Amino acid sequence: MRVLQSICSPDFLFMWIRVATPILFAALGAAVCNKAGVVNLGLEGIMLISALFGVLAGAMGGGLFWGIVGGIGSALVVSTIFAYFHLVMKANATLCGTAINTAASGLTVFVLQLATGEKGNSSSLHSFSFPKVEIPIIKDIPVLGDILSGHNALTYVAILMVILVYLLMYKTPLGLRMRAVGENEHAASSVGQNVIKIRFVAILICGVLTGLGGMYLSMGYMDMFVRDMVAGRGFIALAACSMGQATPVGALVSSLVFAFFDGLSNVLQVLQLPSQFVQMLPYAATIAGLTIFSIQQSVRAKRKMNKLKTV
Amino acid sequence: MKNNSNKRINLLVDGAKMALIIAIACGLVSLIVFAVSEDPWNAIYNFFVGPFTTLRRAGNIVEAASPLMFTALGVIIIFGAGQFSMISEGSFFIGTAGAMIVAISCQLPSGIHPVAAILFAGILGMLVALIPALLKMKWDVSELVTSIMLNYVVQFFVIYLVTYYFRETESSSLCSVLFQDSATLSVIIDGTRIHAGVVLGVVVCVVMWIILYRTSFGTALRITGDNGLFAKYTGLKVTGIMVAAQGIAGFIAGIGGGAELLGMYTRFKWTSTPGYGWTGIVVALLARRNPLFVPLAAAFIAYMNVGADIMARNSDVGREMVDIIQGVMMLLIAADALLQGWRQRMIVKAAKAEEEVKA
Repeated sequence: MRVLQSICSPDFLFMWIRVATPILFAALGAAVCNKAGVVNLGLEGIMLISALFGVLAGAMGGGLFWGIVGGIGSALVVSTIFAYFHLVMKANATLCGTAINTAASGLTVFVLQLATGEKGNSSSLHSFSFPKVEIPIIKDIPVLGDILSGHNALTYVAILMVILVYLLMYKTPLGLRMRAVGENEHAASSVGQNVIKIRFVAILICGVLTGLGGMYLSMGYMDMFVRDMVAGRGFIALAACSMGQATPVGALVSSLVFAFFDGLSNVLQVLQLPSQFVQMLPYAATIAGLTIFSIQQSVRAKRKMNKLKTV
Repeated sequence: MKNNSNKRINLLVDGAKMALIIAIACGLVSLIVFAVSEDPWNAIYNFFVGPFTTLRRAGNIVEAASPLMFTALGVIIIFGAGQFSMISEGSFFIGTAGAMIVAISCQLPSGIHPVAAILFAGILGMLVALIPALLKMKWDVSELVTSIMLNYVVQFFVIYLVTYYFRETESSSLCSVLFQDSATLSVIIDGTRIHAGVVLGVVVCVVMWIILYRTSFGTALRITGDNGLFAKYTGLKVTGIMVAAQGIAGFIAGIGGGAELLGMYTRFKWTSTPGYGWTGIVVALLARRNPLFVPLAAAFIAYMNVGADIMARNSDVGREMVDIIQGVMMLLIAADALLQGWRQRMIVKAAKAEEEVKA
């Protein structure tokens, strides 16, 4: 009962949006990649690296601007490595992504230790976070204002990105090319499209979006970098992307679904449940969500087949 | 004749590629150390030579290779069937829990106790690995994402088991009560901690090689992995093979977890998954997905890890450097195009030479 009460409160809805932001960023990135025909398993590692380098560059440069440069720059560098090895050196995308994740988990701790002398977190550094934004008129509306206003600037950027990615994918020539390459690369290349170049661009765009998600974790959600702070969000974002069928709006909806369980696990801590079950909830929910979605898909496919047979 | 020369060229190029990658890895180690260390020669010495300075340290290499052999075999079988399940990690960890349960709560004679514990570990590992496999078979759920999510679920579940049922209450940090003496694996070389699990690992490598390359199931599995559609049209039960492959892989990773726990520890001490499943991918790739090369590849990766530990203790360079190296190695090995031009030129040249001989 207490849980139900806290779920219905504006505080929970506020937190829900808060925890959905990083997943949404990465899921949008994954959507761009997926539409172009690349499964980017390296999201996890890219988030981790941009989370660290955002904080480090901000602290070294002495301003949020440098943090943004460092975060997005590092995400672009890692994405370029991924794209080069996958597209030019013809390495399997799953292996590339795993390699990026392996290197990232070591690299972040290694660099963190070099920069701060500690392996756990960056609390000794002064980090520059993105500001909170109060939206003028909305913030004065009673309940709605508490939920929608006062979020981190990046949360609003994420929502803006849903629209931008939609416009990019469905209203620009580049988006059309990406979708064509993803749908059938041979058909696309037979009409003169450079498959490698287009996919390269898609991976870089994905890198920027994912990098923003990583920076949100260390420069918004928290105000420091913590070792392994991404904690599977990159993988959950991949699941959100495939559940949203790689469309921007689909990614938004599925990110919200998965983030709900993330938020719920925060609320459930008041109960006398073993904490491990609470911690496991977002991951278990992702498996359940993907399974339910796939069952639905296969039922739909079967129905279609039956219809075709009767005709 | 022609086939033979192609085989030779492939072997030569593959060998050269591996040598190049190992050279790049070692070069990268030196590069990083020189970039960050105050006393780079000391760090380099500790990394490369350190593991061989005492018998105990050399033993550490073999001990560290042991869990990697099992997880790498799991990866080889799963990838070999064309599946991308990352469940080795979860199967390994649930295996450690399975072995812990038997080692603590069963009363068995000393010869049978570890065998029972490791078998139970394998069964649990198999059950966990079958979850993403069956979800994929039944409803086409991506095994890649579900297996990774399942690894997290397994991790928290195992910690829950230890915390609520087997915890040593007198210790402030989280660990289980002591195993019964009859359950632990015996040390086989005095002065080290090399245990019977290492032998088991090598045996499993050989057995897996026989299964993969000398049985009809192995052939079917490899055909399925190389070209699923072709396999399907030749009448192979493709989905059954894929599920079986993941079950076997889970079983092997599970017994690896059991052997590691009973060979190296007297109580359960992990607070999160040790990551051997992910490292197993590097080992599997380095072994060129051939079970017979797995012990060697595992020993090399173990050598780097032991070297990194020694270096971290005796110098100012952190051990995490080795993860960066492993990631880079994975990228390079996976890069099919690396040295591909050279291979192509040699094959063309050999073919031309043959034609001239004929003419």
